[in-house]
Amino acid sequence: MLPSSFEYHRPTTIDEALDLLASLGDDAKVLAGGQSLIPLMKLRFAAPEHLVDINRIEGLDAIEEVGDELHIGALVRHNQLVDSDLINSKYPMIAAAAPQIADPLVRNLGTIGGSLAHCDPSGDLGAVMLAANARVTLKSSDGERDMAIGDFLADTFQSAIEPNELLTKVKATSPTGSYGGAYLKLERKIGDYATVAVATRLSMSNGTISAAGIGLTSVGLTNIKATDAEAALSGQAPSPELFAEAGRLAAAASSPVSDVRGSDAYKRHMVEVYVRRGLARAAEMAGAA
Amino acid sequence: MEVTLTVNGTEHTVDIEPRELLVHVIREDLRLTGTHIGCDTTSCGACTVIYDGMPVKSCTLFGVQAEGVEITTVEGLLTAAGLDPMQAAFKEHHGLQCGFCTPGMMLVGKSLLERNPAPSDDDVRDAIGGNICRCTGYMNIVKAIQAAAAANQQAASADASAPEPANA
Repeated sequence: MLPSSFEYHRPTTIDEALDLLASLGDDAKVLAGGQSLIPLMKLRFAAPEHLVDINRIEGLDAIEEVGDELHIGALVRHNQLVDSDLINSKYPMIAAAAPQIADPLVRNLGTIGGSLAHCDPSGDLGAVMLAANARVTLKSSDGERDMAIGDFLADTFQSAIEPNELLTKVKATSPTGSYGGAYLKLERKIGDYATVAVATRLSMSNGTISAAGIGLTSVGLTNIKATDAEAALSGQAPSPELFAEAGRLAAAASSPVSDVRGSDAYKRHMVEVYVRRGLARAAEMAGAA
Repeated sequence: MEVTLTVNGTEHTVDIEPRELLVHVIREDLRLTGTHIGCDTTSCGACTVIYDGMPVKSCTLFGVQAEGVEITTVEGLLTAAGLDPMQAAFKEHHGLQCGFCTPGMMLVGKSLLERNPAPSDDDVRDAIGGNICRCTGYMNIVKAIQAAAAANQQAASADASAPEPANA
């Protein structure tokens, strides 16, 4: 299948890319890993007149801690997260999610920035970053701004990015003390979209939960942050009853639809189950179990 | 648009439209038809090539992106000395039925062994997770990749005990 014709641009610096985006406006799309955009173009769901290929821009693929934050460059490939010692040693929720994204070949090209900007409610990293209270950095030739991930993931396949902006970085506060995280994904086979997936994290302090994050995949029009469930956990001592209650609250926040992967009732039930299990796993990692 | 890429060690310059996918360039411009088009929707892995050292789906990359990139296709496995150990293992262990997925499976297997010379069966199954065999011959594919791993290990220990090291 051939996409519609387009003009191809290959900037080698961020400034060059931003100038292109500023001048091309709405007619341009940014090409990162291309693992969602190219299929959409082949199906002619997307037909940009210009593609700005950012793959040759240096400095967008770092995974690093800066102060008390984790910074992940927009061009970091999913398999870079899988192989990262920093992620594997300190960020269990991301470490759990990364090897479950798409399939191993897609993970070699797909990027975190592209995945988030695509705003697919079935995207794994959207749920993870909602649970992590992450922010994204958006750059344009006019300057730079940070935006909460919840605001960025505005709607189905619709981010809050302006046409002249480039997502350059994802930032999240590094956890301290005792903490744990999990990403549980129900899928029919590797590479299929999640039937349901749930990102969970907990930080513990003096026997109680000091911070909790829960993000949901494939059960609504966007990835969903289960804020009621998060609030119910905060300040409480972990227990099976508490996690069951959080599961019920998260399920109530979901709005799945019946499709070939399962009925809405089944998916809602699996949100409840996975939130419960994910929190238990996170608590165990944090040494609270 | 002119693009220069290296495929199986040979540099090629092609004049292509930006919308041509890498798999089109490989099959139609370079006439290397061992790289197959299966689903054309990033699902099946029949179009797998090694791109800049990593196995990727060549139906989900534009040819113009490959400027300056080194690519290995299944044709690149064959050497003057004969079949690659991966090819020999697929032949020996009946790792193929219709053969359509085989180029992708062998390249993924080859790439896995470069990173992990002694994989577990689970590692192999995980690595071929992006490649579909619709004959469902997975058992023998896993066996073949494991046999290639064993053959590589054996060759490596033979090299190590030889007085002159083989070329690196």
